[in-house]
Amino acid sequence: MSSEWPLWEVFVRARNGLAHKHVGSVHAADARMAIEAARDTYTRRMEGVSLWVVPSAAITASDPAEAGALFEPAADKIYRHPTFYSIPEHIKNI
Amino acid sequence: MGEALYDYALRLGDDSLVLGQRLSEWCGHAPMLEIDLSLANVALDLIGQSTHFLKLAGEAEGKGRDADTLAFHRDVLDFRNCLLVEQPNGDFAQTIARQFLFSNWQELLFRELMHSKLEVIAAIAAKAVKEVTYHTRLANEWMVRLGDGTAESHARVADGLDWMWRFADELFAVDAALETLIGDGIAADMRLFRGEWDIRVDKVLADATLEIPKPRRAATGGRIGHHSEHLGHLLSEMQFLPRAYPGARW
Repeated sequence: MSSEWPLWEVFVRARNGLAHKHVGSVHAADARMAIEAARDTYTRRMEGVSLWVVPSAAITASDPAEAGALFEPAADKIYRHPTFYSIPEHIKNI
Repeated sequence: MGEALYDYALRLGDDSLVLGQRLSEWCGHAPMLEIDLSLANVALDLIGQSTHFLKLAGEAEGKGRDADTLAFHRDVLDFRNCLLVEQPNGDFAQTIARQFLFSNWQELLFRELMHSKLEVIAAIAAKAVKEVTYHTRLANEWMVRLGDGTAESHARVADGLDWMWRFADELFAVDAALETLIGDGIAADMRLFRGEWDIRVDKVLADATLEIPKPRRAATGGRIGHHSEHLGHLLSEMQFLPRAYPGARW
């Protein structure tokens, strides 16, 4: 039975103001069931205030074979890092 | 009032305790990991509720018995849970049918008990009602999913519902002991929300393409300790360790 149920990716928002973050996946027959499975699997210890579930099949991934072309050119562009700004101590999330 | 309150707190606590124990039998055996976790979560919610109610029972009794003593050192005839919760799990569909009838009832019960004049009952109900609202949602959706699913899932959940149905009337029965506490504003009068329960159940069954089971003679007696043969077996497993090794710690 389990092999027939599609996979869903689970995203949890830990607190209001933060982005939803990928935490894992669940098997479920439909979206409501996926939300419940995600709630029961990933938020039992107060990990979040909001959940997203997305069919894993809806995700398009980059091709590992293209990693060189896609990501390596960024390696020597240090001027893209905002290192010239100092961030005040009390800012926790940016 | 101590004795009546003791009895009432036992009824509330034993319902949650026995169903929590039943559901935890699924742990490691559910059809899928996700279901395993969700049934275990429901079980833990229920056992948490029972801890509060049994603590209250112990205080009302005034003989120094705490929640653990009442849970693990009380014999089957002294349990006051309804017959529904002690029914065997059967297959997954039968477990869901039992949860469906019970959680819809318990949610409506706790909504009433939030207004109990006894503050501690109102507080337990206010905390637990959020948990139970989720149990209801989970059970209702599984009823629809199974009932309106395949021919096999439909047949299984119809069978499970047919078995559990005879235990529903007991949920709403009010006896003399309870009548007094209702009069005092402490206990909830379940007769007041029978109609709402019927509407909820009918709606889910319609969505699930399930027939309302034919009326049959109601099975009752749990509230006065007349249990089915299943409860003793459940308790022997649940109580074995603390009785065989009193004061055991790990």
